[in-house]
Amino acid sequence: MNGRRKFLRDVRAFLVSISAIGGVLKLLPAKAFAREASRKGKWYGFGVSVDKCIGCARCMEACKTENDVPREPFYFRTWVERYIIRKDGETVVKAIESNAEAAPDTSGDRSILRSFFVPKLCNQCADPPCVQVCPVGATFQTGDGVVLVNVKTCVGCRYCIQACPYGARYLHPETHTADKCTFCYHRISRDLLPACVEVCPTQARIFGDVNSGSSPLTRFRRMNKIHVLKPALNTEPKVYYASLDGEVR
Amino acid sequence: MKKILSKMPDALARLLVVFAALAILGAFVVIVLIPKDMKDVKIQWADAIKAEQAKPVLYAGFHACGECHERIYEKKKTGYHRDLSCETCHGPAYAHTQDPDEVKPVIPKERAFCPLCHAYNPSRPRGFPQINPAAHNPLKACASCHNPHDPKPPTTPKECSACHGEIARMKAVSHHVQLECTTCHQAPQQHKISPRSVKPTKPQNREFCGKCHARDAKDRMANNAPRIDLANHGEKYVCWQCHYPHSPEVE
Ligand code: HEC
Ligand code: HEC
Ligand code: HEC
Ligand code: HEC
Ligand code: HEC
Ligand code: HEC
Ligand code: HEC
Ligand code: HEC
Repeated sequence: MNGRRKFLRDVRAFLVSISAIGGVLKLLPAKAFAREASRKGKWYGFGVSVDKCIGCARCMEACKTENDVPREPFYFRTWVERYIIRKDGETVVKAIESNAEAAPDTSGDRSILRSFFVPKLCNQCADPPCVQVCPVGATFQTGDGVVLVNVKTCVGCRYCIQACPYGARYLHPETHTADKCTFCYHRISRDLLPACVEVCPTQARIFGDVNSGSSPLTRFRRMNKIHVLKPALNTEPKVYYASLDGEVR
Repeated sequence: MKKILSKMPDALARLLVVFAALAILGAFVVIVLIPKDMKDVKIQWADAIKAEQAKPVLYAGFHACGECHERIYEKKKTGYHRDLSCETCHGPAYAHTQDPDEVKPVIPKERAFCPLCHAYNPSRPRGFPQINPAAHNPLKACASCHNPHDPKPPTTPKECSACHGEIARMKAVSHHVQLECTTCHQAPQQHKISPRSVKPTKPQNREFCGKCHARDAKDRMANNAPRIDLANHGEKYVCWQCHYPHSPEVE
């Protein structure tokens, strides 16, 4: 091949990689900055009292309505799991349907040790792996600690869905972009509660500002022994669980 | 300067010109042609936050209803359903608060609705009031006996099974089937009305179970009860640390 053409090709490759590196450098400080600044001021978190959940699925229903989540039973921003733990250690986990009435009656089954419901949603991690893997900066953390998806720039590559250890994201079948719980960002910006908290009949779900001195969330964190899901991953989840069973992953 | 230029091979000079042109073109494209918000993620994020905040609200929130439905609002506040939001049952009603005459929220009158929360389910927490929808006063609307906004049972429940379904069902198939709950728990009537503030008693010591299970037990019910030596059998612990009293079994 002609040496000059090869040289030009190398120059082009050089320019492309320089600009790519430039782009990354531009993103990096922004990410670091977002993480630094946020922990002061408003910093939203969520409480779940596992032993208050009655598995009525009103939260799932309200979430789908409020946020226009597809009705099919495999798209969820929040969902509730039913745990059945047997004497031999076997654990059966099943996400409940929004019509929980049909739950099988297991009373009289002596092999069952204990059984309960666990509400789940995006943990709005302080150190979110989904944000780190997004190649186009479409998913990010707001100053008050909520992880959002920018539908305008999301390319639907599913990296974030793979990266989330909590299975909290799905690909929206119509927009073909990643979708997830936003703590009902449009509601909390208007001083309303997230829809799931609004409709929960037993106060099993609690929402608030972690930094506030007087709020239901602060009382919740003061009065209970708190655990988070998969703490070993150091994602610093901000969904705090009380009375969480060790079998819950 | 001139010297250097004239010494430079033609090819290199041309190349430099191409280079400079590329650089200028590149800078032009990046600085002028590409709009600012495509380059700066912070602008994109601010826009995304605005778009998120602008989304419509469908659930008005628990404050919103009190203004116009004061009577129901006040009534619900003191009843068993005080933690339920109006919209938990009536569905999203923001549109209704804006135009109450045109938009009416749903009214869940069908019998299948209340059992979403109250049907018996062993995974539900201890003490939550549960019924068997097929057996509990069938064919009548729930609201004909219970005011949904202040749902007292019309009579105080007689059976403990109303709220302790799992324990009752478990006991019903156990060796203790003949024992009433009240054999072992003294439950004040008030426990059935405000169960969390007034608690029944629980057995305190080994002698309690000994009433029927000690070698010399004389209780009316003790006849069929298998006997153990109260002094030696599992002595360090109270009996229910090993035997679940609602379903005692010996393997
Ligand atoms: C601005 C005043 C206003 C507010 C706020 C309001 N309502 Fe109403 N509501 C009305 C009026 C007026 C009616 C019609 C009464 C009638 O037909 O007798 C009504 C009727 C209803 C009905 C009966 C509908 C029917 O078909 O008969 C329900 C249920 C209801 N409201 C629920 C709610 C809930 C839940 C909220 C809170 C989210 C709410 N309302 C807030 C004014 C209001
Ligand atoms: C447990 C579910 C539930 C909750 C919570 C609830 N409602 Fe209702 N509501 C019903 C049902 C069921 C009916 C129909 C009653 C009937 O058939 O007589 C009804 C009827 C109504 C009606 C029309 C009939 C009437 O009694 O005037 C209004 C208005 C109403 N509700 C408003 C409210 C408001 C306001 C709240 C919150 C303060 C509220 N409801 C909370 C279940 C509920
Ligand atoms: C979204 C869940 C939910 C729905 C739907 C619901 N309830 Fe309730 N109900 C509750 C909760 C929570 C309590 C309070 C339980 C407690 O105090 O532990 C309660 C308490 C009650 C009680 C009092 C039981 C007792 O003696 O302690 C009755 C009766 C009752 N509900 C009837 C109804 C009827 C009738 C309907 C349908 C109109 C209904 N409920 C719909 C959640 C619900
Ligand atoms: C014919 C009247 C009647 C109808 C209809 C009725 N109930 Fe009841 N309900 C009662 C009475 C009486 C009690 C209290 C005594 C008892 O335990 O049976 C009660 C108690 C309850 C309790 C408290 C638990 C308990 O047993 O004390 C709940 C929860 C309840 N009912 C829910 C419902 C639901 C949900 C429906 C509709 C599917 C319904 N009821 C329909 C009369 C009725
Ligand atoms: C209206 C519903 C209801 C009825 C009826 C009811 N209970 Fe309870 N019971 C509860 C609730 C709620 C709790 C508290 C559960 C908790 O705190 O975890 C409870 C707790 C208890 C406890 C545990 C107390 C403790 O200190 O932990 C006992 C024992 C008990 N009930 C026995 C009975 C007996 C016996 C009856 C029948 C005579 C009965 N209950 C009827 C709702 C009820
Ligand atoms: C043989 C005596 C006995 C009988 C009969 C009995 N209990 Fe108990 N119950 C106990 C003892 C002992 C405990 C304490 C268990 C412990 O702390 O491990 C207890 C604990 C409880 C508790 C709280 C702990 C739990 O297991 O949830 C409830 C609620 C309860 N009983 C309800 C009932 C009801 C309802 C009935 C009737 C259906 C009943 N009991 C019948 C002896 C009995
Ligand atoms: C350290 C655990 C432990 C404690 C505490 C304990 N048990 Fe047992 N119990 C057992 C085991 C294990 C068996 C079955 C093995 C056997 O037959 O000895 C048994 C058997 C029994 C039997 C059946 C005996 C038969 O002949 O069928 C009775 C009745 C009984 N226990 C009552 C009690 C009473 C009452 C208490 C309290 C005074 C008590 N247990 C405390 C472990 C315990
Ligand atoms: C009022 C009398 C009475 C009391 C009090 C009582 N029991 Fe029993 N229990 C019985 C009778 C009767 C049986 C045997 C029933 C049968 O198998 O026919 C029995 C059976 C048992 C068994 C044997 C189950 C098996 O597999 O053979 C155990 C274990 C037991 N009880 C434990 C307890 C414990 C623990 C307590 C105290 C919390 C207790 N009981 C209190 C009457 C009583």
